[in-house]
Amino acid sequence: MEYTILILALPMFSFLLLGLAGMKMSHKVAGTIGTLSLGIVTVLSYLTAFRYFTAPRTADGTFETLMPWNFEWLPFTESLHIDMGILLDPISVMMLVVISTVSLMVHIYSFGYMKGEVGFQRYYAFLSLFSMSMLGLVVATNIFQMYVFWELVGVSSYLLIGFYYTKPEAIAASKKAFIVTRFADLGFLIGILIYGYYMQTFEFDPAQERLMQAGMVLPLALGLMFVGGAGKSAMFPLHIWLPDAMEGPTPVSALIHAATMVVAGVYLVARMFPLFIGFAPETLHIVAYVGAFTAFYAASVACAQSDIKRVLAFSTISQIGFMMVALGVCTSMDPHEGGLGYMAGMFHLFTHAMFKALLFLGAGCIIHAVHSNEMSTMGGLRKYMPITHITFLIACLAIAGIPPFSGFFSKDEILAACFQFSPAMGWIMTIIAGMTAFYMFRLYYGIFWGTENKELHEHHTPHESPLSMTFPLMFLALITIVCGWIQPFGHFVSSNGHAYDIHLDMNVAVTSVVVALIAIAIATWMYARDRQPVADMLAKRFATLHRAAYKRFYMDEVWMFVTKRIIFRCVSKPLAWFDRHAIDQFMNFMAWCTNAAGGTIQPLQNGRIQSYTQWFYGGIIVLVVILLLS
Amino acid sequence: MEIHVVHYLVVSTVMLFCGIYGFFTRKNLLAILISVELMLNATNINFAVFNRYLFPDQLEGHFFSLFGIAVAAAETAVAIAIIINVYRNMKQILTDDITDLNG
Repeated sequence: MEYTILILALPMFSFLLLGLAGMKMSHKVAGTIGTLSLGIVTVLSYLTAFRYFTAPRTADGTFETLMPWNFEWLPFTESLHIDMGILLDPISVMMLVVISTVSLMVHIYSFGYMKGEVGFQRYYAFLSLFSMSMLGLVVATNIFQMYVFWELVGVSSYLLIGFYYTKPEAIAASKKAFIVTRFADLGFLIGILIYGYYMQTFEFDPAQERLMQAGMVLPLALGLMFVGGAGKSAMFPLHIWLPDAMEGPTPVSALIHAATMVVAGVYLVARMFPLFIGFAPETLHIVAYVGAFTAFYAASVACAQSDIKRVLAFSTISQIGFMMVALGVCTSMDPHEGGLGYMAGMFHLFTHAMFKALLFLGAGCIIHAVHSNEMSTMGGLRKYMPITHITFLIACLAIAGIPPFSGFFSKDEILAACFQFSPAMGWIMTIIAGMTAFYMFRLYYGIFWGTENKELHEHHTPHESPLSMTFPLMFLALITIVCGWIQPFGHFVSSNGHAYDIHLDMNVAVTSVVVALIAIAIATWMYARDRQPVADMLAKRFATLHRAAYKRFYMDEVWMFVTKRIIFRCVSKPLAWFDRHAIDQFMNFMAWCTNAAGGTIQPLQNGRIQSYTQWFYGGIIVLVVILLLS
Repeated sequence: MEIHVVHYLVVSTVMLFCGIYGFFTRKNLLAILISVELMLNATNINFAVFNRYLFPDQLEGHFFSLFGIAVAAAETAVAIAIIINVYRNMKQILTDDITDLNG
């Protein structure tokens, strides 16, 4: 499978081409180059997936882990070296499919969405860079290569959020995203260094005796790696950058901040899963609790947001929380006994990427039509935008967990895994799933039903988007409808690599569907009509709570307080004072000494031969005296 | 009273230190030049005296004195030429005041 190198090389090439020569091309040419290279990458990814999963299994019933490319980049010691290469195993192949599909759809969609924008070529160059980095991340052969590409996706995310660089909000958002994730990545880096030091390797499967010697250090290293993952995957309390990241172009939000980059943290945990299970089950449970809290927090915030992209952003955070929970509740490698969550988390990652990208792209169509993100400016759009409406509804049903859409199957597996872990966790997650259904339908009714915005329609009537934008919607909707029926998913991806038959736990399935239907019914009752007396009344009754949820429970303010009042004032200021008054002053003193010494001896060098000769004779006399005395 | 080597050396030492003293204290270029000549001639005397008294059959000391006189003559010619040029350009020859080429 040597051709897999093309999966990385093509986007890299198109990034360089568009980045260096893009300004000389027309928009059409630049977009076509980007899309075409991604198209080839998608075909190659599908081919890889097909060939990988149809290849015969090894003797113990797992798929062979392939490494078609691997070269040593930086050797440190015999065993400790940083490699660059391509690793193919079930989850990386699955991620290749997810990333290339969504990325291709976003490339096609951007043709319509970004039409006529200044910097169209730059946009496609950055998209290529992002695709390359993300694909490199998932096929990383070792943790350090993963880290390198991890930072690259961070950079491309920064560049794309700040794409509208004349907008102050976009600049602030891009900086925030970069700083917060970079701050979390510090934990990741420290984790990697600890791991490398104790395991003497950066590979994912260190030697057994090293593992035994490591003791308590391994859970610490894995925990620190999870901090990095939590930053990228917007886990509470490092989630604050993701809602602001919505300042970027909507297709970018769909690609980076919904489908691919934000699940990097989940992927990281899945990648280190055998180590987590074997040596740090407590750390894994922390992952579960962080995920569950994040899921709940984000779901409750999403219920009160009015910006449609913000709702989707919080819904993304919540769903990533679900995936983290799924991985965190695992207790063994065997999918039949406590290892179900691994498969469930990966499955949810797969389905979520599709329907969340669909939701974002649909939101992009709506924003394109009404030129606003605010839900209050929308309403009654279903007549004007039928395709967007239908596809959006499909995605809403999928995320709410209604059969037969894909989200139902993956969410059901997650809930089943949670119930296996503990009934409390199961019920909590079921309720959060109900909240998901509620806020998604609140969003859906707010956009497509209710009163029409007459004022806006007088200006210009909203209309359906061009085919370049609706095609990705339909394609992703199709996947959303059918991919839940990919029952062999468990055959391909499972915690121990053996084929696992997905079967619905009827109790769990019925409960979750009933909860979701009740939530949808409440949302329908509250929001489907022209006026919303119940919602307004509730908002007025619980004004403080509503306001707190609208303000995201003041998490940004808390962070501002922590950084400005505590870190800046109590740490940075004394340090700055010390720097200015101790370190700088010492340097100034050294300079002053040199200067003063120079000033003192400078008159000696006066250019008068007579005075030089006087010193010369003085020297001779001294030497003569010394010689005579000795 | 016989004139011994020490007497010559006393004369040459006095000349040398007069030259050094003059070289240090004089500001006039001509006076400095004269001081340098004094020092040179003090060494010439030494050469001649040591040759005469210590190695009477040999002539190297005398030749060195002659060399020294010749070099001193050439050097004086060059120095006088420089001093005259300096005077033409600067209208004076006091070392303290000639600072135009001082960096």
